[in-house]
Amino acid sequence: MEETKILDLLKEKFPGEVKEVLTSLGDEVVIIDKKALLSLVTYLKNKPCEYTMLLDLSCVDYLGENPRFEMVYHLFSLPRNRRLRIKARLGEDDLRISSLTGLWKNANWLEREVFDMFGVHFEGHPDLRRIFMYDCFEGYPLRKDYPLRKRQPCIKFRE
Amino acid sequence: MPTRIEKEARPETMLLNMGPSHPAMHGTIRIMLELDGERVLNSEVEVGYLHRGFEKTCENRTYFNLLIYTDRLNYVSPLINNLGYAMAIEKMLGVEVPERAQYIRVIMSELSRISDHLTCLAAMAMESGAFTVFLYKMKAREFLWDVIEQTTGARMTTSYIRVGGVRADLHPEFETALKKAVVETRKVLKDVHGLLDKNKIFINRTRDIAVMSPEDAVAFGWTGPCLRSTGVYYDVRKAHPYLTYNSLDFEVPLGERGDNFDRYMVRMKEMEQSLRIVEQGAGRIRRTPAGVLAQAVDPATAIRTSRRQKIKGGVKLSPTLEGAEKDKYKDILSADKGYVVPPKDDVYTTMEGLINHFKFFMKGVGIRPPKGEVYFSVEGGNGELGYYIVSDGTDRPYRLHLRAPCFHIVAALEQLIKGRYVADVIPTFGSMNMIGGELDR
Repeated sequence: MEETKILDLLKEKFPGEVKEVLTSLGDEVVIIDKKALLSLVTYLKNKPCEYTMLLDLSCVDYLGENPRFEMVYHLFSLPRNRRLRIKARLGEDDLRISSLTGLWKNANWLEREVFDMFGVHFEGHPDLRRIFMYDCFEGYPLRKDYPLRKRQPCIKFRE
Repeated sequence: MPTRIEKEARPETMLLNMGPSHPAMHGTIRIMLELDGERVLNSEVEVGYLHRGFEKTCENRTYFNLLIYTDRLNYVSPLINNLGYAMAIEKMLGVEVPERAQYIRVIMSELSRISDHLTCLAAMAMESGAFTVFLYKMKAREFLWDVIEQTTGARMTTSYIRVGGVRADLHPEFETALKKAVVETRKVLKDVHGLLDKNKIFINRTRDIAVMSPEDAVAFGWTGPCLRSTGVYYDVRKAHPYLTYNSLDFEVPLGERGDNFDRYMVRMKEMEQSLRIVEQGAGRIRRTPAGVLAQAVDPATAIRTSRRQKIKGGVKLSPTLEGAEKDKYKDILSADKGYVVPPKDDVYTTMEGLINHFKFFMKGVGIRPPKGEVYFSVEGGNGELGYYIVSDGTDRPYRLHLRAPCFHIVAALEQLIKGRYVADVIPTFGSMNMIGGELDR
């Protein structure tokens, strides 16, 4: 199936939720409403689209914009050899999005990483904890308002 | 704070920590095992011991400066990391790279891939008791690193592949060194096949242990040799060809069962294919002319003379800049000005050269990709190594995210060792090729 058709299909299937469909530098991008994420991705994973692999999952902090955060998902279809990028905006006051752990197993660690670095809550995640930073760490280091050189030693420095 | 496994563990079982300071955990990972005798009932993998804030650091460095941080991701094959980063930026800028530079990039990334696989299998074999194999493979890796060192000037932190091309041309002695390395590596591969393929101890510890089904491998986002060991055909070099891989003849070896032995075998076969690519690539680029120009003048004289008249002939550059002379630029770097470091010959002797140099390195000028975002991936030693870069039009990335292949692979470790013996943890972990720098970033 042609990629343009898939994108058109998405627009038809989810008329209210798909905000924009575009191609940027050769990558297909779909911008959606965050409420539709789970249903849209479930649709994409099965036939006819067959985006069977979750390549990557990350977040971008657009400080000063509203809504502030943007979740970025990269899907890959092994049978059709196509990539797709899905983007959804999250407001700072409601940092929640549905978890994809039910669909892909690697979403577990990837979402923990985003939680660790940005503080996004994934609804339905079985074990949402920090992954890289230690438990007593305060704040979210990849947010733009977290200072680059701030230190938070677990044990106090010796005088 | 008690960890998940501490809360869930049954009272009659034993909890055992493997790592972070355990020789088989490579120093950067901790596996907590819930044991019943020698059986692993449950486990919990904890990562992050080598987290250095790579992504945060990159947001605060210019596009040119952050290249050195990419060396330190997968530190066994730094050239592939350089390549992925440089090509992501090139995709944003739309830079064309000369053919010779493309072949050099192919050769270098394949050499790195071989050294990556050698290191992985060497460690895996050593941890399961085959110390000879470890020494043989390290020997082969030395030859490959000699080739890399000769041209790039460094063994691990190369920073050789840059936006627009490569830093310097191949060393004049490159071909001889490469030939020797290829011959030696083939010899080692043959020896290792002889030592391990039918070795009962090795087979008992790897065959049918930690079996991964193709469905699960895809669900975990596995790529690279680990995915191919389960029989799924996916290689970025074939699926989304970059550089000159399209015109090169090579095969993608596949496994059948997805167990430890298949992961070993796929890597072994891949190294042979990589050697094939290296040979083809080396055959297609023309020989490098002998390095230093005959009439080159030394920099001090050149600067003195350039005050009165234009310099004829070349300027003798410092040995660290060997291969980056101005007349080689058309072969190794893109012709687009502003994206590549201006040739030092010009910088020392002409006004425009000096201005270009300053404009390239000055804060806020330099490489400035247009607003937008890009995802580009190359086939790294472990699998698909992808860079997701968001640019806001300034000289530093707004956000840089790395898709680290072994992050996805190590995420499956808990599932693979469940129900196995403690001794199986070690070859399983070894066959995954966990690289701390890439995993924890």
